[in-house]
Amino acid sequence: MDTVVSRAGLWLALLLLAFAGAALAHDGGFAVHMGIVAFAALVGLWWTVGSADYAGIAQGILRTPTDPSRYDDDPVRWGMIATVFWAVIGLVAGLLIALQLAYPLLNLEPWFNFGRLRPLHTSGVIFAFGGNVLIATSFYVVQRTCRARLAFPGLARFVFWGYQMFIVLAASGYLLGVTQSREYAEPEWYVDLWLTIVWVAYLVVFVGTLARRAEPHIYVANWFYLSFILTIAMLHIVNNLAVPVSIVGSQSYPVFAGVQDALTQWWYGHNAVAFFLTVPFLAMMYYFVPKQAERPIYSYRLSILHFWSIIFLYIWAGPHHLLYTALPDWAQTLGVVFSIMLWMPSWGGMINGLMTLNGAWDKVRTDPIIRLMVMALAFYGMATFEGPMLSIKAVNSLSHYTDWTVGHVHAGALGWNGMISFAAVYYLVPRLWQRERLYSLRWVNWHFWLATVGIVFYAAAMWVAGVMQGLMWREYGPDGYLVNSFVETVVALHPLYLLRAVGGSLYLIGALFMVANVWLTILGKQRVEAPMNEAAHDPAADRPIVAVPAE
Amino acid sequence: MSTFTENHKKLERNVTLLGIGAFIAVAIGGVVEIAPLFWIDNTIEKVEGMRPYTPLEQVGRDIYVREGCYACHSQMIRPFRDEVERYGHYSLAAESMYDHPFQWGSKRTGPDLARVGQRYSDEWHVQHLKDPRSVVPESVMPPYSFLADADIDVSRIGEKLKALRAVGVPYSERDIERALIDIKAQANPEVDAEDFAERYPKAQIRDFDGDPNRLTEMDAMVAYMQMLGTLVDVNSVAAQEELAAEKGR
Repeated sequence: MDTVVSRAGLWLALLLLAFAGAALAHDGGFAVHMGIVAFAALVGLWWTVGSADYAGIAQGILRTPTDPSRYDDDPVRWGMIATVFWAVIGLVAGLLIALQLAYPLLNLEPWFNFGRLRPLHTSGVIFAFGGNVLIATSFYVVQRTCRARLAFPGLARFVFWGYQMFIVLAASGYLLGVTQSREYAEPEWYVDLWLTIVWVAYLVVFVGTLARRAEPHIYVANWFYLSFILTIAMLHIVNNLAVPVSIVGSQSYPVFAGVQDALTQWWYGHNAVAFFLTVPFLAMMYYFVPKQAERPIYSYRLSILHFWSIIFLYIWAGPHHLLYTALPDWAQTLGVVFSIMLWMPSWGGMINGLMTLNGAWDKVRTDPIIRLMVMALAFYGMATFEGPMLSIKAVNSLSHYTDWTVGHVHAGALGWNGMISFAAVYYLVPRLWQRERLYSLRWVNWHFWLATVGIVFYAAAMWVAGVMQGLMWREYGPDGYLVNSFVETVVALHPLYLLRAVGGSLYLIGALFMVANVWLTILGKQRVEAPMNEAAHDPAADRPIVAVPAE
Repeated sequence: MSTFTENHKKLERNVTLLGIGAFIAVAIGGVVEIAPLFWIDNTIEKVEGMRPYTPLEQVGRDIYVREGCYACHSQMIRPFRDEVERYGHYSLAAESMYDHPFQWGSKRTGPDLARVGQRYSDEWHVQHLKDPRSVVPESVMPPYSFLADADIDVSRIGEKLKALRAVGVPYSERDIERALIDIKAQANPEVDAEDFAERYPKAQIRDFDGDPNRLTEMDAMVAYMQMLGTLVDVNSVAAQEELAAEKGR
């Protein structure tokens, strides 16, 4: 009872604070955000006061098994639902902004203009979809590989809900014009502070669970998760150092300016790719690929080697986003050299993943989840070859500022991050809800092909668009003048933007298959379908071929 | 087992050692690359003409940041023949020294804006922002007509300048005291702007949005557009000599 009262008191205090913030706000965005916080505090208060009833309701809504598994999997279950939900939101936002570039009439000022929706898409897929799948899988994996329940279960729940709060504040902020316009670090100062609190709680839960482990060794997947949590904390805090204009206003000014700000931002930005979209997804690979393939990791030594080299080298690669800019040459050169070196540890990870399938390659034919994983690793390998290539100065002089970069990012995000996440979702959902199998394995196969074809459309369109735009910008006629005005390159891109939207639509349709499949699996349904791993027996064809004389 | 993997077992049996090791590995790169930028003298070349933004320009810049313009427009001209001919002299580090945050951008769905100032008329900018396709039929830019209807909340301008001073922009005490007068003076030819013009050299003083009775976000946005790249006279003999003497920056 004491805890109920003290918790209710905390919620009440937060409610009043948010209410005061909303009342005193200097701008509309801040007022709306404080309103959201107040609403969340109200929900929290209501939940605390009536917690006994609420648990029953939650079980009814989320279909949590009544017999709790040995491990603490509630936050993982919620995380799976959040992952699927935010994936759809992020992909729909992406399709919308892709269409806006082809048909500018789709911009509905001011809230749904491209400039405000674009961070909604990027944050939606990276932090909402990616973040949720990472938090959920890390909670699942760390428990299994440590043979221990989550440390601080209350804090783990706070991490989940606190992170959703961060997403809601960030996403609504973009539409309202609350942004720092720092790529992939757009949320304003108070949202950044909130994320810092949530992230420290995440670190505490994760390290606490590692400390309670019953296994003497920390499994390799956890090295990757641990370095992800630590490094993201470092990057997030340093890159978001800012002075707010007012304590009750949403706006702030970053402490760095110009060159220093540019390098700090791309040190952050590139390592958001590294430590959000690569390192922890490799952690997922290190757990789910061996599990699904039922084979041990190919090489323990390779995993040590590529873990330390990848986390050490990646941090240096930021300046390749600033080649030929006003950043000093020495920093640019360092960035290029380390970017090219990165190719090797990246492929070390890919090789370790792919070679794990040694002796189980037949499963690529029979198991669509393995197929997703293999395709994810193939795209990872492709993107981590393309990345070093794009950071060569001569290549970058053409590719920078064009859609080639966009294509590169999406080959990695859709191919690697998307597919390995989908594979993890398909692996986890039947286990978490204690279902015998997924609703439909053949739908997974549909998802796989729609996604693969979608990526091919997307990446091919953007390669052509980027190279073409880069060449058109620098095209000189025999008279020694530039051939193309800027707007002529815009016109030339139109058909490719349409093709990109086609690719994105296919990818989105694939994701909708996943939504339905996950939903029906949670409901406990099973689709009646032919299994994928047996060739149908045809008695009529089961006979020797007898030569028939010509007539 | 080799000693290499044997030694590694110490790390993978101890979460503290593993965490510290990983943190050291990731901290080195950033320290080596970023820290020197703050104390190596030639990171930012010394050029004539840079000054902090006027209050109106800064408000315009805040709108540029709010609307996410960086997603499609860069403000960083690279030293290539085609870029210099298309957009003007390549960008200098000094030209963004008061930019909190920097807006160099990473994508050109639209053209670079680093030197867009005084290339088009105010009327063109207003028309283009209200309805981009009325002046550039092939454009895919979103419309920003709401800027013309949004009055600037001038009461907060002093706080903005104070926050900027806290992060290192050299606004004087007088700049902050007179911020409210300055922002009105720049956009209203009726107000005496002599003192303002003295403290902000090369500031353009006129009504920008075609409606002298109101101080709108359109005024601020156009004022910002019209000053971009105009402060440093990069083509002067003195500037060219200094740039030619630069090494290893």
